[in-house]
Amino acid sequence: MSEFLAVWSSLPEYIRTSVWILIVTVAVILSVAFTTLWERKFIGWIQLRKGPNRVGSFFGLVPGIFQPFADVIKLLLKEVVVPSASNKWLFRVAPAITLIPAFAAWAVMPLDPNLVIADIDAGLLYILSLTSVGVYGVILAGWAANSKYAFLGAMRSAAQVVAYEIAMGFALVGVVMAAGTLNLGDIVRAQQGGLGNWFFIWLFPLFVVYVIAGVAETNRAPFDVAEGESEIVAGFHVEYSGIAFALFFLAEYANMILISALTAVFFLGGWLSPFDGLLAADHPLAVPGFHWLFLKLFFFLTCFMWYRATFPRYRYDQIMRLGWKVLIPVTLVWITVEGVMVWFGVGPWSR
Amino acid sequence: MFVDLLFYGFSTILLAAALGVIISRNPVYSALCLVLAFFTSAALWLLIEAEFLAIVLVLVYVGAVMVLFLFVVMMLDINVEEVKRGFTRYAWLGWVVSLIVIGQMITVFYAKDFGIDATIGPVRNPVDHSNTRELGEVLYTQYVYPFELAAVLLLVAIVAAIALTMRRRPGLKPQDVAKQVAVRREDRVRLVKDVTREGGEGPR
Repeated sequence: MSEFLAVWSSLPEYIRTSVWILIVTVAVILSVAFTTLWERKFIGWIQLRKGPNRVGSFFGLVPGIFQPFADVIKLLLKEVVVPSASNKWLFRVAPAITLIPAFAAWAVMPLDPNLVIADIDAGLLYILSLTSVGVYGVILAGWAANSKYAFLGAMRSAAQVVAYEIAMGFALVGVVMAAGTLNLGDIVRAQQGGLGNWFFIWLFPLFVVYVIAGVAETNRAPFDVAEGESEIVAGFHVEYSGIAFALFFLAEYANMILISALTAVFFLGGWLSPFDGLLAADHPLAVPGFHWLFLKLFFFLTCFMWYRATFPRYRYDQIMRLGWKVLIPVTLVWITVEGVMVWFGVGPWSR
Repeated sequence: MFVDLLFYGFSTILLAAALGVIISRNPVYSALCLVLAFFTSAALWLLIEAEFLAIVLVLVYVGAVMVLFLFVVMMLDINVEEVKRGFTRYAWLGWVVSLIVIGQMITVFYAKDFGIDATIGPVRNPVDHSNTRELGEVLYTQYVYPFELAAVLLLVAIVAAIALTMRRRPGLKPQDVAKQVAVRREDRVRLVKDVTREGGEGPR
């Protein structure tokens, strides 16, 4: 083990970074696979069903564990149909455009106290700009398919994402004010010193706005009007089949995981332990690490599925109203309140 | 050397994309070329260590402005033939404008105290230099009034745009969501006593 570490640290930095990029990418892809399984299982339990239970069993413990792999193989073997009246080049490029930002954003994610692939100062801005690029894939897919349903989905998505990005950005302005930095690792470190310093307590309205805007940004239920299968068939990806269709889903689930991780980092202290400060610093429960980030991420990820199983889809005008007339004013008010708190030295940022 | 290579690579893409904006026949391609132009200029800004501006360029122009641009361009059904009709008639005006622009650029690049030779390139900063902090410090101290004025100007523009597009037509029945939420069962449903059940008087 020590030999391995010695060899590892003697490698040049670009090789180590490349290895980490590979590890994180594969981990995200595998997480996406098992998130789809977890979603189907979890929603199955909510609806008093068993969920997938045919493919694989893992010694009878987790029936259906290999369902995601069966799905992938099925989608890979299917034909990718490109409509003859479509814009063929954009039609093929669009899935990649949605996928790339969803993975590239992980570069600045602080996974562990010592592990972040690119520890850049403007990490938060980088994440915001990448997530805003992802919508191009949806718009281009809808337009290139040359289908009315797809186009309607794309238009809905464009307006929705632009509206909720503003609320999301404002919520993050509050986080930046509290942490005094744009570096994600430093934002986590600013929440050190126990549960009472986590930002979701002090920025609770912003936390709620961020979670709602995150659901809307990922086009998930109850904000899934871009797909809206009961209204416009499948929205922007109605003409996609086989692996091109799967790429959209890969991007959607990767985005869900990303938003869950970001919520944990911005508001729940990322890799910090909730027992930090309560127990002795060397107590196993008080040690910060990736497992805490994973637990928080998993909670928010499960919430995504919970919303989907609970809420009916929003009507389009209701989405717009909520975004522009409710969420944005709420963030504006709370940023002002936060400014007053900072001025009078109330809160964890007064240290 | 490597930086030079990056610079010329990105500059070539930038020029090609900018050309693509004006020569492509499909307005959607034009918009997409503009997106590429923004991306490559952001990369060029990164090379001169303007990280904040580079990322904000992508965030604002690519992430929001161009999305709305595409939104509009995709909905337009532009007839290329009709657009081209006045082309030769106004070509002389185009030439005049482009000559003026070229002349201005020449005067800028050849000026004695403002040319490329006269201005020194930016000094390389250490690795832990925070571009965002530096920018914020001058923006909120030295230039706070111009900054606030620009913000108010934008706000006025927003208010004006909304005021122009908001027209009250008669006969419109918009929803009042507050009213909808506040509604009680008693306002909507009236329990009527079922006369047919009691005493068996009415017809069945």
